[in-house]
Amino acid sequence: MSAELTIGFLPLVDACLPILAREHGFAEEEGLSLRLVKDMSWATVLDRLLYGHSDAAHLLAPLAIAATLGRGRPAQPLSVPMVLGLNGNAITLHPDIADRIAPKGALADPAEAGAALAIVAKQRKDAGQPLRFGVVHRYSSHNYMLRYWLAACSIRPDRDVEIEIVPPPFCADALEAGEVDGICVGEPWNSVAVERGAGRIVLVTAQIWRRGVEKVLALREPTLDARRSEVEALVRALVRTAAHFVDPENWEANAAILARPEYLDGDAVLIRRAISDHPLLARGEPPFHVPDFMFQYREAATFPWVSQAEWLYTQMLRWDALPFDPEEARRAAAVFRPDVYRSALTGSGEPLPGASSKVEGSLSGPTSVGTQQGEITLESNRFFDGKMFDPTHLDRYLASLP
Amino acid sequence: MRIAIVDESASRAAVIREGLVAIEGCEIFVVNERRGLVARIGEIEPDIVLMDLGNPSRDVLEEYFTVSRALAKPIAMFVDESDEESIAASVEAGVSAYVVDGLAPGRIRPLLDLAVRRFNAFARLQADLNEARGKLADRETIDRAKRILMDTRGISEPDAYSELRSTAMNQGRRIVDIAEAVVTAQKLMGGKP
Repeated sequence: MSAELTIGFLPLVDACLPILAREHGFAEEEGLSLRLVKDMSWATVLDRLLYGHSDAAHLLAPLAIAATLGRGRPAQPLSVPMVLGLNGNAITLHPDIADRIAPKGALADPAEAGAALAIVAKQRKDAGQPLRFGVVHRYSSHNYMLRYWLAACSIRPDRDVEIEIVPPPFCADALEAGEVDGICVGEPWNSVAVERGAGRIVLVTAQIWRRGVEKVLALREPTLDARRSEVEALVRALVRTAAHFVDPENWEANAAILARPEYLDGDAVLIRRAISDHPLLARGEPPFHVPDFMFQYREAATFPWVSQAEWLYTQMLRWDALPFDPEEARRAAAVFRPDVYRSALTGSGEPLPGASSKVEGSLSGPTSVGTQQGEITLESNRFFDGKMFDPTHLDRYLASLP
Repeated sequence: MRIAIVDESASRAAVIREGLVAIEGCEIFVVNERRGLVARIGEIEPDIVLMDLGNPSRDVLEEYFTVSRALAKPIAMFVDESDEESIAASVEAGVSAYVVDGLAPGRIRPLLDLAVRRFNAFARLQADLNEARGKLADRETIDRAKRILMDTRGISEPDAYSELRSTAMNQGRRIVDIAEAVVTAQKLMGGKP
């Protein structure tokens, strides 16, 4: 008899691991029967998790922390035993604006494009029509990545530009209808906008933070405690799926599965471009190779680094204009559970980092780090502005931000 | 009290509305359009918003209530945080309530109960309709199978039906399943379905 787990998700390419774990039988091999529930907004995915409609969810990393801290609703502690992927989002601008700030046929340099965008933003603001961006949720890495980039390029979010919420499945529509001038969203929605000629991809979020945490596997803390062995089995199944997902041999078949109506209900060609790191930047151009566009497996990509949760917490304070609170910081950090990840994968041969926290943004090239079984090589994890995030001094980091 | 019902299904919104109009001193607004939703809510300035759990605009509205400039001291919340059962019931029914700050929980509760009941009534109506549709489809399949038996074996309609029924009973299956098998077999043999 296999244990049944219900997992909520949004139709995005980075919901790939739970979907493919079910489809390829990796979950079944771990004694789990997965039931997947698709929704169209993050509020709904979170509600279903909090009220027990689902046991686990494909969730925005910052939203897991916001729910734990009780932002906008009663606090309920969530736990994240694994990350479902790093990077994978892009910034797509209306073609007219893209042409003013980014070269054609390539991705822009974040600093140069930001400087050019500052000029456009000022003109638009002076004309009484400030630039307007769509992001998928207030507590999303998309919001934080976009704001990080803008602020570092001396564009003040909320004052110089407007940032609105647009659910992922409606981002391309909003750009096409002129409701927003740019979107920061996950795939396949940038590609959908590009395909319609509604926008051009100018940056990917991996350029803003080389190893930015994206979606996570989230559960209610009491669920994790009560079903610990099943959750560990799920982590094993999802990590095995991740290894399968990044193998080029499987791209075609996986894209076809993800495209099905019950999952993304999308175009397999666009999805394949995303999972092979070869999106089209503009309609009519050839596919463009974006290194590490999606990042599901290498360098222990799914390991829930506590420092990543802490970075997200600093951004939450930064943009909600709230003071630093050490007790709250401790609760935010405790959402990420490397201990569960470790106990799930001990003896599996998967690399388990020796530390659970690291200075984010400190590596500019390949660096060997210790693991419980030996060493693995981590590549650059830089922020584009060269800043480093030392999790032992959150308040100092916050004070140093523009 | 001003109530906004946000639902892309006009018929469901109508059912919920119907359940609420009886409440004294209520002004009810129905919003079916996703586009311009936030602006419309801003115009309405509702005390409470009722919407389906699965409504794709929920994130947009939640954000609006968090940062809204239109309302003086607005927050978004789920009913009364102490009352988990009522929240769970609402969520079960597919109703999410966004309540503007300052509205007494005592007034929200009966309102929500009513909304939940109306919502469930609508869900039952939908289920009945689906069942009726299913039965109609079953009827058609059985008629088709009878016609095939009558044509190929030269038997009467009542005999054809009793053939189907006795086969179903012998095999412990439903008549419609046997009828479907007959229709499928006929198709495979190259006959007209």
